[in-house]
Amino acid sequence: MRNVFLFIRRHFNFLFFLVLQIISLSFLFRYNKSHEAAFLSVSTEVTGRLDEKYNNIEYYFQLKKTNEALVQENLRLHQQLVENFEAPDSNKRLFRDTIRVDSVRKWLLMEAKVVNNTIALPSNYLTIHRGFRQGVRPNMGVAGPQGIVGSVINVSENFAVVMSVLHPHFAVVAALKKGGENGTVFWDGISPSFISMRNISRSANVEVGDTVITSQVTSLFPARILVGTVAEIVPDNTSNFYNLKLRPATNFSNIEYAYVLDNLQLEEQKRLEDSTRKKVQ
Amino acid sequence: MSELLKNIIRYVLFILIQVFILSRMPALHRFVTPYLYYLFILWLPFSLSRMSLTFIGFVFGLTLDYFLKTPGLHAAACTLIAYVRPFVIGMLISQEGADKNYIAPSFVSMGWAPYGTYVLVLTVLHHSYLVLLEWMNFGSFMYFIGKVVASTAVSLLLVLLTEVLFYRKQKFRTNTI
Repeated sequence: MRNVFLFIRRHFNFLFFLVLQIISLSFLFRYNKSHEAAFLSVSTEVTGRLDEKYNNIEYYFQLKKTNEALVQENLRLHQQLVENFEAPDSNKRLFRDTIRVDSVRKWLLMEAKVVNNTIALPSNYLTIHRGFRQGVRPNMGVAGPQGIVGSVINVSENFAVVMSVLHPHFAVVAALKKGGENGTVFWDGISPSFISMRNISRSANVEVGDTVITSQVTSLFPARILVGTVAEIVPDNTSNFYNLKLRPATNFSNIEYAYVLDNLQLEEQKRLEDSTRKKVQ
Repeated sequence: MSELLKNIIRYVLFILIQVFILSRMPALHRFVTPYLYYLFILWLPFSLSRMSLTFIGFVFGLTLDYFLKTPGLHAAACTLIAYVRPFVIGMLISQEGADKNYIAPSFVSMGWAPYGTYVLVLTVLHHSYLVLLEWMNFGSFMYFIGKVVASTAVSLLLVLLTEVLFYRKQKFRTNTI
């Protein structure tokens, strides 16, 4: 016993160093697995406030670009208004409401200010100024005026951390707009100006410049939100699939506003799927 | 200004510069990540005990981690270089006992060649450990080597610029207690 104490006293510095290493590594590995860490939501609250202060200044330099993105989005929405379309037969007038009477709301959009945003790191995050109190929960999708942005992974009282599309753990099911083939969109970590898409079958008719939109089957985003455009088609010789290189629709370097997308029917869908799984087993 | 106050100001400034300037710069290449913040640990006074040095390294790294949302990554690397620092200084310092006559490591107190080696060794150590931890997550061996080399080069350039721009006067203290 005495020798043990002597050993501890002699190598106290080294043991202290080992303990700190183990603490930090356990933080890291736990975070990589589940995106949880001690004090993370408290620290998000503090760093979020600082980010907001910084963003208050930086925002002025982005005003023109932000405005342009919002005008483009407005234009896209205006183009879909009923007034822009005319039926050639003027005898019959059919008024089509934009929402059918028996429809149930599935998606609730909440606007949020982006206060922190990185693109140059190996795994990138955004911080938005909207948190638990304002209705943000983990695993909600986030889209910007131009296209998809990421998904919420961590929420504090007034801020939320969003895993950007430019993160190695992010993946979402997307589809080609032309043919409707589904594939998985992810980031390979090489360049922030390109993302990848895999599992597009070779029978798909795909060309450079084609649009990729979110698919029906993802529970993270509403269908038909812009993901990106095809920049390069790489045939995967070991399988029967194409790998596509996409140019993301969102310009991540100057995103100032985003929409948090709350899937109101997700809980019901999950419950049904879980109970089905239990029944089958 | 007291040494403690000076170091507290440095702590805040290095974190802010790393978070709001260096990590936000558009990357030249995916291998190039400019790191400067760890210079805080290299500039800490000689008089700190090894235990407090290790602990300061841990807390400092963790602060940056919470800003960059990588809990533990920079803390591990900072703890390592803070722990190794006294050994490297002990090996490099000349016989006259500069660690007694000067406050902190610098070009003046240690001399050009030993101080340069000191910065180089700890930079390489910090970057290798950091990239190794990242590499376990994803990436290839080429990624590891390329990133360590490129980031070290950029970091050394930044350290040199900082040393020249913010020249630290070091007084020679003869009668130390």
